Amino acid sequence: MRFRVALTAMILCLCCGGLAAAQSSTDGTYGVGKTPTPEEIRAADITISPDGKNLPPGKGTAKAGAAIFAQKCAACHGENGYGGLAPILIKPEPPVKSSTPCLAPCIGPGSVMPLHAPYATVIWDYINRAMPFRQEGSLEPDEVYALTAFLLYKNGVIKEDEVLDQTTLPEVKMPNRDGYAIPDWKPGMPRPFPNKRKG
Amino acid sequence: MESKKSPTTKRATGSKQASRRKFLATGAAAAALGAVQTTAVPAAGQTAAPETKSLSDLIAYGDRSEYVKSVRVAVDERPSPDEFGLTFHVLTPLQDSVGIITPSSLHFIGTHRGSIVPDIDPKQHRLLIHGMVDRPLEFSMDDLRRFPAVSRVHFIECLGNHSKAKDKTVQETHGLTSCSEWTGVLLSTLLKECGVQKGASWVVSEGAEEVKGAGSIRLAKAMDDCIAAYGQNGEAVRPQQGFPLRLVVPGFEGIYNTKWLRRIKVVDRYYMTYNDYGHISKDEEVAALTFQWGPKSVITFPSGGQTLPGPGVYQLTGLAWSGGGAVRRVEVSTDGGETWKDAEIRGGVHPKAHTRFGMDWKWDGRECVVVSRSTDELGQVQPSRAELAAFFKVPPDYYKTHGVQGSDNTIQPWRVESDGSVHNAI
Repeated sequence: MRFRVALTAMILCLCCGGLAAAQSSTDGTYGVGKTPTPEEIRAADITISPDGKNLPPGKGTAKAGAAIFAQKCAACHGENGYGGLAPILIKPEPPVKSSTPCLAPCIGPGSVMPLHAPYATVIWDYINRAMPFRQEGSLEPDEVYALTAFLLYKNGVIKEDEVLDQTTLPEVKMPNRDGYAIPDWKPGMPRPFPNKRKG
Repeated sequence: MESKKSPTTKRATGSKQASRRKFLATGAAAAALGAVQTTAVPAAGQTAAPETKSLSDLIAYGDRSEYVKSVRVAVDERPSPDEFGLTFHVLTPLQDSVGIITPSSLHFIGTHRGSIVPDIDPKQHRLLIHGMVDRPLEFSMDDLRRFPAVSRVHFIECLGNHSKAKDKTVQETHGLTSCSEWTGVLLSTLLKECGVQKGASWVVSEGAEEVKGAGSIRLAKAMDDCIAAYGQNGEAVRPQQGFPLRLVVPGFEGIYNTKWLRRIKVVDRYYMTYNDYGHISKDEEVAALTFQWGPKSVITFPSGGQTLPGPGVYQLTGLAWSGGGAVRRVEVSTDGGETWKDAEIRGGVHPKAHTRFGMDWKWDGRECVVVSRSTDELGQVQPSRAELAAFFKVPPDYYKTHGVQGSDNTIQPWRVESDGSVHNAI
């Protein structure tokens, strides 16, 4: 159906003298691509909003997370969440420099990743999509909630018995919550520095 | 053939394919250990062992000359591949570059977290666009070729491209930028096909690699000039650059140029992915220096680690670029910034692309400092480190010992000593 519309529009365009870059149909679309089912979109969509939108059902506590951490994370991140080959996840006392020099993104040596994120959802999202190494995406939502709770508890952000779920996770007040500014951007906009040349 | 040469020229017997792979792997491992010099200088009279690739192989896909040794190297802080087999940041040999295009094989590499290059069958690959759109759509690679294509020359530069006093060569100071002709569909074409809804303000793009690296850009940028690119320099995008599909976000920090692009979600706020939050800043002025690269340039000859054989005429040359648009002017100083002279633009000038400049230069044999600065079409001028220090109200020499916040587009000085050796003069 869309193809027929497109064809008609193409003919119209040719009649009009072959307007360059003219779209192929009257509504400006090409009619290319497949419409995914809602299930297909749900399966692919692992993007979590800072306000918690798209978090799946489930829950977890630090206690449950400790056992999962020992089993699935400690080998790379260290038994206590530091001292491993992978980045520091639990703030050591006294502080130690990470053996991991710099990550992409470069959070910097000595920085504790879960404390750097302004929203707890960022931690949840990342563990869910990218951990554990070589078994990425294998964790169940309950496990991700539990691991997030464990890391936040060990870093002094939440209490040991707090339950994290769809509602409570986005409400966690992260220490770095106000630690960022979002710059504006428009096409053709210069940066604030250097300033325009004088004269 | 037995060889006692460096690992890069060593060649094992066996099937040609296998030995080629072994050659590549050995070279990569040597590069990771820093064993490969950035400027390979064979001893006098020494002839490298010929790479005996079969004639039929060479007819199918040509190699460069065995005498050309220009190679990438891993950043010194972290080997690539590392203990986990992950690739991090790999520097392009700018000192050897000519013209404005970076050979695809030498394009710098930057990765989310560090990643393992995925092996993606393009027939199976799909790009899903959903979220705040009227018509969510999934495109195969064949589908994407049914849209009008654009081919545009753009640089991609990692935010980590910081020049430090300890860096010796231009590969080390500036090697995280590269420039290609990218071919693909404008993202705006695809988003219009899906019908962006009112209230949408950001898009989150996501790769298909094991960490599903994701980044957020403003919808205004997505609708401006971003490309869902399947082509790089006349052929398919290389696996290390995102085969079969990558997002090109012209002029923006490299991390937004999502490789192995599989999904775009249109949303109503800044989502702050893992990749995003490592790049945010509390300081509004620093934050405002992110996203878009400022005007930048660097002299690639003479540059650190090179040696001038003696006084006389040389071609001073380098690259200039800006995330704000086309380069309008490049000035060069051979007295450390006291006096400036316009360099010639030698080659094509494209918006948000490497631009080659050069000038005749007669070196009198005395110590001097050579620098370049670029001005872009927005009138932005590349700053010196002292100018940056004045802006951020720190002592003038502050950035000689401290890294630059956000993206570093400061002027790069090279000191030519009377013996002809060239050194980083930050």
